[in-house]
Amino acid sequence: MSARGQRQGSGFGAPQIILTLSIAILVIVVAVPVLLILFNAFWADGVFNIRDVARVLTEPDTYQALLNSVIIACGTTAGSTIIGTFFAWLVTRTDLPWKRFMKGMFLVPFMLPSFIGALAWKMLLSPRAGYINRFFMDTLGLEEPIFNIYSYAGIVAVECMYLFPFVFIQVCGALERMDPTLEESARISGAGLFTITSRITIPLVMPSILSGALLIMLYSMAHFGTVAVLGIENGIFNIPTLIYERIHQSGGSFDSIRTGTVLASVLVVSAAFIIWLQNRILGKGRYQIIAGKSFRPMELKLRGLRMPLLVICIAYIAFTIVLPTTVIFLVGGLKTYGLAFTLENLSLDNYKFILFDHKLTRDAIFNSVTLGLSAALITMFAGVMISYVIVKMKTRGKGILEFLGMLPFSVPGSVIALGVILAWSGKFGINLYNTVWIILVAYIARYMAFSLKANSAALEQVHDSLMEAARACGASMWQTLRDIVLPLVRPGMLAAFFLIFLPSLRELTVSIMLYSPTTRTIGVAIYTLNEDGETVISAALAGVALILIITGQSLINRFTQSSSSSKG
Amino acid sequence: MATIQLDRVSKAYEGRGVLQDLSLTVEHGECFTLLGPSGCGKTVLLRLIAGFENPDSGSISIGGEVVAAAFGESLPPDRRDLGVVFQDYAVWPHMTVFQNVSYPLKLAGAKEAELRERTQRAVDLVNLSGLEKRLPSELSGGQQQRVALARALAANPSLMLLDEPLSNLDANLREEMRFEIKELQHKLDITIFYVTHDQEVALAISDRIAIMDDKGIISQIGAPLEIYERPANIFVFSFMGLANFMPLRREGATLFVGEGGQVFSGSAPADGDYVLGFRPSDVILSRPGKEAARPGMVAPGFLRGRIKRASFLGAMIDYQVEIDGVFLRTELESHFALDEGLLFAEGEECSVALHNMHWFTREEAAKEGVRI
Repeated sequence: MSARGQRQGSGFGAPQIILTLSIAILVIVVAVPVLLILFNAFWADGVFNIRDVARVLTEPDTYQALLNSVIIACGTTAGSTIIGTFFAWLVTRTDLPWKRFMKGMFLVPFMLPSFIGALAWKMLLSPRAGYINRFFMDTLGLEEPIFNIYSYAGIVAVECMYLFPFVFIQVCGALERMDPTLEESARISGAGLFTITSRITIPLVMPSILSGALLIMLYSMAHFGTVAVLGIENGIFNIPTLIYERIHQSGGSFDSIRTGTVLASVLVVSAAFIIWLQNRILGKGRYQIIAGKSFRPMELKLRGLRMPLLVICIAYIAFTIVLPTTVIFLVGGLKTYGLAFTLENLSLDNYKFILFDHKLTRDAIFNSVTLGLSAALITMFAGVMISYVIVKMKTRGKGILEFLGMLPFSVPGSVIALGVILAWSGKFGINLYNTVWIILVAYIARYMAFSLKANSAALEQVHDSLMEAARACGASMWQTLRDIVLPLVRPGMLAAFFLIFLPSLRELTVSIMLYSPTTRTIGVAIYTLNEDGETVISAALAGVALILIITGQSLINRFTQSSSSSKG
Repeated sequence: MATIQLDRVSKAYEGRGVLQDLSLTVEHGECFTLLGPSGCGKTVLLRLIAGFENPDSGSISIGGEVVAAAFGESLPPDRRDLGVVFQDYAVWPHMTVFQNVSYPLKLAGAKEAELRERTQRAVDLVNLSGLEKRLPSELSGGQQQRVALARALAANPSLMLLDEPLSNLDANLREEMRFEIKELQHKLDITIFYVTHDQEVALAISDRIAIMDDKGIISQIGAPLEIYERPANIFVFSFMGLANFMPLRREGATLFVGEGGQVFSGSAPADGDYVLGFRPSDVILSRPGKEAARPGMVAPGFLRGRIKRASFLGAMIDYQVEIDGVFLRTELESHFALDEGLLFAEGEECSVALHNMHWFTREEAAKEGVRI
């Protein structure tokens, strides 16, 4: 019994260290930047000043940007929701041929960066130089371009193509889990197909539709890439692009920062509202259709519509996924932008150039890979620790952490970038501006939400008694973490790592606000090269990025599939 | 030595008191069962002893050493020299049987050879030899439970805490495992603190049983036979098995059954109305006119009843009998009933005598919510 020397008391033990560290990380990385934005927005000349906020918001440019964000977000949300719900219904509830393949293809836009898509559509449909427009004007002799991509309609259309999977995936899930007896009993009562769909099916999956739609709204409001590529030409700015434009052009003047913080505050508030709304909808609707088991859903016979709908699906996939991707690779192979796609005009020279000779692009690839790896590693470990406190520990002060943990979910990228500038430009004695470190800090803040989500889910699976059993066997808290908890949450940690590493390879919104000439990332390089008129080089780099992303994604898919099947 | 002493321990969750001023002593080397309905706070008590929770007030000592006291420092679970077996087994899914069982020894710093030998002994003890390299996912529920048991035993703790370890097993396995636990305890001379809601298990394995009611108060502590034969109150009586309750109404010096006119001729301990409690096996049925006193029957005469329901269950026949609005259940061995001509049809009249009765006052019965 002499071994029972050490005692644990109310003092400062391991749990307190972990809790304090977790709170510190979230405060420094996420809370301080956001607070600084709100502070700068509402605190002018040393006093709380709401009138000045109103003044900034009513300036014609800012007002127009706010309006544009709302217009584009609403258009995108409506379009994506309709497309997403329709395709989800087709691949889960009908006898459409090749459903599995279609489902996989409809998820592809998830991994394609939308600003690369926007670049592709610019190459296809810009009013004068776009290949499709030129084809119609040169070959068919039309006076006007058939579609101008530099417009609200163009921006909304491109955003829809890349965002509809948010609704698609949610509705697919809901339809697959829906108890088919609900529909069958309606059918037995004599209801027709239209009645069943409109009265039973749609209302039951409505929570999922709405929740997906709100996600799209949130994303589109704060979306930078597509609007930056397609809107600036015609003077269409939304909130993030205006923040970027102001700060970029003035080199970070006080006035531009102030406008930026006010606009960013609008984003933070609307994001918080949207997340709150989504939680309410999900909270209310969650258990209505999910019976826990997966059912074999009733399949609707499409009969005469089967082939036409199949053609529509294939045409949609060809037009929105295959065509833009191909164009990127083809343009990347051209000697000069605008040449026809003939064999003598195409070569691999641009790809060789950007991979081996061009310092700017080589640096960008190196920066993105190292930034992505470091951000993914750091965020993965920090996420495990914070999730552990939130999910498993019974310590006082946990409530603060739960609130702080929710914060990263509701802070858009451009807001994080601006907040990071405010926090790390020497105000608190540390100046990281113009270095690669400021981008790293911003990535950690931006991707913390992914890590918390993946790790919390994994930790929920580790029952408390597994840890208590270890303690009873004589393991200290650290030994329990090392021997029991970490091995069991390793799949969640790996998921978090890839959930961060892959998106960070194509990141644009945050990096564009923070880059310096030596710290370009892949996204920044693609964007700036395109702005400078180096279209073919930019396309080649975009092609390389696509290959990296698709390879990475297929590796993960293979890995997660094999690990989940070995478990079963 | 692993004597557990709880001294006026209280514990509340979110303002709801689960345990209040609870004192209890578990002697070294005994198998002590805490028996109570689900949700009464018995698992909380086990968790307090294990050190997963700390008491709000009062103190806990193990082997004479105070391990937890309110406001004071508490000894963490890994320093209490325990083995714990959980209801959901809590076998680590990423470790093999061998790794699971050897983990406590590894932590204790056992040498390689000693570790192998003692792990093997624990594995053999629970009859899992040959399965050392399996992962828990490749084992049945009963085997996983035995892994948990072996793991808890491996480091030779002086105290084992078991929380409903058998409730997830099927009936045959449950029976087998409870004998194994009992046997292990004798072999290893350890203290066992066993928590369950299953009175059969408790009666079968315990040296002493404590009955906890749904308010977290211990109603009675005693040996199994004592608890079963001399329940301290109506709660203990009704919790320890199927129970019949017969209300008795007093008019002057005479007791009547239910609301009817049949006189109950037994003598009550005192004045007032009573509720009579007895087991189904303590009801003696006979044909009207053929009543005969049987050995052991201290019955106060025969009551006239009627068979309301007869269910043949194979070895037993289950009758529901009505006496003036009071319903009783009784069980007869089928062959005995056949031999003695006691196969009743529903609606037939019968004579009822009772033995081994327990007298409870009406107030006590009403307080415990006994349905009459």
